[in-house]
Amino acid sequence: MRALVWHGKEDIRYDTVTDPEIEEPRDAIVKVTSCAICGSDLHLFHNFIPAMLPGDIMGHEMMGEVVEVGHGVNGKLKKGDRIVVPFTIICGECDQCKSGNFSLCERSNRKKELGDTAYGHAAAGLFGYTHLTGGYPGGQAEYVRVPFADATHIKVPEGIPDEQLLFLGDIFPTGWQAAMNCDIQPTDTVAVWGCGPVGQMAIRSAILLGAKQVVAIDCLSERLGMAEAGGAIPLNFEEESVIDRLNELTDGKGPEKCIDAVGLESHITMYQPDTVLDRAKQMFMLENDRPHALREMIYVCRPGGTISIAGVYSGLSDNIPLGQLMNKAVTIRTGQTHVNRWTDDLLRRIEEGQIDPSFVITHTVALADGPEMYKTFADKQDSCIKVVMRP
Amino acid sequence: MSIFSKIKRSKGDPKILRSGPSSLSSGDRLAKRLGWLGIGLGVAQLVAAGSITRALGMEGREGLVRAYGARELATGMLSLSTEKSLGLWGRVAGDGLDIATLAGELDRYNPKRANVAGALALVLGVSVLDLVAALATTARHRRSQGKQVSYRDRSGFPHGVKAARDAGNRAPAARSRPEPSRPVAFPAG
Repeated sequence: MRALVWHGKEDIRYDTVTDPEIEEPRDAIVKVTSCAICGSDLHLFHNFIPAMLPGDIMGHEMMGEVVEVGHGVNGKLKKGDRIVVPFTIICGECDQCKSGNFSLCERSNRKKELGDTAYGHAAAGLFGYTHLTGGYPGGQAEYVRVPFADATHIKVPEGIPDEQLLFLGDIFPTGWQAAMNCDIQPTDTVAVWGCGPVGQMAIRSAILLGAKQVVAIDCLSERLGMAEAGGAIPLNFEEESVIDRLNELTDGKGPEKCIDAVGLESHITMYQPDTVLDRAKQMFMLENDRPHALREMIYVCRPGGTISIAGVYSGLSDNIPLGQLMNKAVTIRTGQTHVNRWTDDLLRRIEEGQIDPSFVITHTVALADGPEMYKTFADKQDSCIKVVMRP
Repeated sequence: MSIFSKIKRSKGDPKILRSGPSSLSSGDRLAKRLGWLGIGLGVAQLVAAGSITRALGMEGREGLVRAYGARELATGMLSLSTEKSLGLWGRVAGDGLDIATLAGELDRYNPKRANVAGALALVLGVSVLDLVAALATTARHRRSQGKQVSYRDRSGFPHGVKAARDAGNRAPAARSRPEPSRPVAFPAG
């Protein structure tokens, strides 16, 4: 089969690889009909998250048709079923899965020892997202093996196009959980840092959850335009002060809820010296992440407010202002999203026409064009916000 | 990290049969090679400044060679990074300094004049490569490439933003803020 394969920093290739096979009784093989490049794939593209091996297949946003099931799937999935594959692999049976904390599944990370060493305790296995999360081959491919397939799937109905359903596997529930973690009240101002695909979903989620006003912070006009279309107040941090504008919009009190949809690759600018220092440290492996957005939201967040982190961080971040955080009694909530906790509700909202997540797609290409689209997306060229690929 | 942690691929994982087109352009590949060249040269200049100055008849200027070595290291690392264009333009500027310094040592009284001429030829060759790579990566990774599109018509709400807001305001069940705790009433007296 054909697949997008990681060969090293900024080196993704459209390779021919061996087909996946059923390895465990609970496996299924899915023929991928649509897959996408996630913003977090760019962290792997740029080699900011360790533990990738040359030859790893990329991708954790995919959907398709079940073409083969293992004998342990027990009728919960059958050949011909149309499914979205959640990026978190879940057993459905461990304590965490039973509690709905699916991204913390205790059994699905097959390289648990490595995950335990890096994080203290490993989280769930993920598709195409380093060997710290199991080293599972990803879904930017013609076929993908889905472990624990009887639990790791979202069945979707016929009649709704892939474009509307694909994002149920990651960015839509990620944006949704980011907003849910804020416990949004009708009087709340929600500020969202980063208007990439997850930020766009977080903005729509905050609107659907009844926020009084949503502020979208970015520096790219196409992203801010899309955010504004979704009901947000755009704030271009290259043109105005984030702190001043947010205070102005909240009677000087700061936003009650702050969502970080930026993660470890904060924009670098000479006007924010900490971003330059972070980048230099990152280059010398003295720091993993560039947490400028997080520092800013800790500073501007209203006392007693909540910061919800949806952006991916990989390891160590320096100069986090714990004094501000502690003295202002700010709550931080975070985590990879527990995809299946939210998908019934989100699928219903799509079916009812409350939201159509396909709004975020700016480029639809063949899988063969994947390597070039990684570059286009990473360099933010051609007004690219979200790439969907058809194997 | 993959080397030190002994990460191994699992048995059933797909294997590459044939490698296809890459996201790396020829300019990116050249940038990588020049980056590693810069790091190698930088380390050599830092640890063997004395040998280099002797070979070029520049005794007493070890400090300058080491400073240039540090510059080579820094621009080499940048050339390997996501900011490779910055690194490569840094290398081009550094090449200018190298050329000026070496040209100054080409006087007829320098007994190692031939070595200096050789080094100068080498630097000139690398300068051309640096310039080619800098121009190529700057053009390829420039953000303004492609069309500029407005997405101001993409709300994502088929019934409009107002309907979505109204739906949100009608759905308190989705929220989960705990009730504020009541003040404790102490008995009087």
